[in-house]
Amino acid sequence: MRTTAPRCLDAGEAALVVEFGDSVDPAISAEVLALDAALRAAPLAGIVETVPTYRSLMIHYDPLALTRAALVAHVEALERAAQESAAPSVRWIIPCCYAPPHGEDLAAAGEALSLSPERIAELHSGADFRAYMYGFAPGWCYLGGLPSALAVPRRASPRGPTPRGAVLIGGGLSLIGADPMPTGWYVLGRTPERLFAPERDPSFFVEVGDALRFEPIDEATFRALEEKGARGEMIARRETTR
Amino acid sequence: MSARLILRAVGPGVTLQDAGRRGSLRFGVTPAGPMDARAFAAANLAAGAALGAAAIEVSLGGLELTAEGETIGLAIAGGEFDIRLDGAPLPFACALSLEPGARLTIRAGRSGAWCYVAIAGRIDLPPTLGSLATHTRSFMGGLEGRGLRAGDVLPLADIISPPRELLALEAPWLAASEEPIRAVLGPQADYFSQEAIGEFLSARWRVGQRSDRMAYRLEGGRLAHAKGHDIVSDGVALGAIQVPGDGAPLVLMADRQPTGGYPKIANVIGADIGRLAQRRPGEAFSFSTVSIEQAVAARRALGEAIGAGVRLRAVGGEISTELLLSANLIGGVADAYRPLDKE
Repeated sequence: MRTTAPRCLDAGEAALVVEFGDSVDPAISAEVLALDAALRAAPLAGIVETVPTYRSLMIHYDPLALTRAALVAHVEALERAAQESAAPSVRWIIPCCYAPPHGEDLAAAGEALSLSPERIAELHSGADFRAYMYGFAPGWCYLGGLPSALAVPRRASPRGPTPRGAVLIGGGLSLIGADPMPTGWYVLGRTPERLFAPERDPSFFVEVGDALRFEPIDEATFRALEEKGARGEMIARRETTR
Repeated sequence: MSARLILRAVGPGVTLQDAGRRGSLRFGVTPAGPMDARAFAAANLAAGAALGAAAIEVSLGGLELTAEGETIGLAIAGGEFDIRLDGAPLPFACALSLEPGARLTIRAGRSGAWCYVAIAGRIDLPPTLGSLATHTRSFMGGLEGRGLRAGDVLPLADIISPPRELLALEAPWLAASEEPIRAVLGPQADYFSQEAIGEFLSARWRVGQRSDRMAYRLEGGRLAHAKGHDIVSDGVALGAIQVPGDGAPLVLMADRQPTGGYPKIANVIGADIGRLAQRRPGEAFSFSTVSIEQAVAARRALGEAIGAGVRLRAVGGEISTELLLSANLIGGVADAYRPLDKE
């Protein structure tokens, strides 16, 4: 239960930041996601779109259609009515190949964590994750729920571009990448699923706030699923949690 | 033969832009869209195109193009670029007919960093996530998600009749101004000391050479943090002035990421972001702060000015033609970040 109300900060005259805290914390994230869900369930004319992050919700709005005061009042009313936290209603099962050649940085992460590569894969695929936010590039999805045994700091200097669909850890979080990018995180494996596929409908399917689990697959399964994905089919499985 | 534009010479940084890609910020998608939404709107108004229609954004690198298939109406607005039709100089803001074989040349001129070539018709390319706006870092929009280059062909559709004569374009909101760039303090102004905020407001800033569509890097001062420079990522709005560890501010522009992890001392107001965008590397300016109410008033005034339309005047002729195009302009015009409904 929260003891203090969120802060409303201005990012210019067309964006309001509703800030619940200044750290990466499951309880803070849950409050952000609950407000985001409440706003999407009770949309207000003049709200353009919302961007949830670990600790705050940015509300882009048209100040000529919706005054700041009316927006803040709406947010405060939703806050008072909001559940303590909105539990995820959807869980995605994301296949992930931790085996060579895909677990590129398992050995390096194992050294940093004093764990065997097998144990890292076991801990990672046994964890319940939640999509905290997207950022960095389209389809790069940051996940909370990483077991503390896997909390490795980011690398001192970035590694080369990640493979497509990289599954990574760093800074106490996990992350699914989309297009290749250099990163300071560790690549534990790869998913044949694409969190962003512009030609597919929907282009994105994991919503911020959804639950996720990784399902270990071998290299042969990875190749078969990757071909399926290339035909535009969805690979991840959807489960309802309530 | 179907109508098309052939790009004969293209400088670096020339892209296709429409009003921008909205609705997917939450999935990490950059909005892109025009650097100067005011000039973009003026060009589309003068061309008779939809307000948010895709246009060519021309950088200081310049552009040369020809038409094929039919005579194409074009309108140009933005900085004071050097515009020539088969070598003959044109007003830097104008509407014209480009006949097959004629060559339109646009080069950096006296001032301004961007100009827009809008088309009396529609660029017939498939949108990505509902938009043609090019974002090269995520390979999205435009032609194959990249900047335009020599040899590119832009297929056109829904051609509307071109102007019968050369018309100079007049729009009061495009006039250059030496007034400070206005900003609203926050959302992390409390990460800076009063001295740093004082320096932010008193310094003469210059746009750095390494500036691009993503960010304008500012030179001319260092802003010290009072509470460290690493914050947990939060949302980033257009015009956010973020200050990384070295104290040199960056203003986040059209190609910004939707989230970021540096403290933001202030945010340039919507009405002034296009003015800042038109500053060239090396050009100096200063900031002033305004209240949210003043920022909203400036936004409303700009929206109303754009809503009143542009004036097109025959060059050298007696005939005065006025084109006043006012679709549903409530709020959205000054905001390149919301696609406007075509009515």
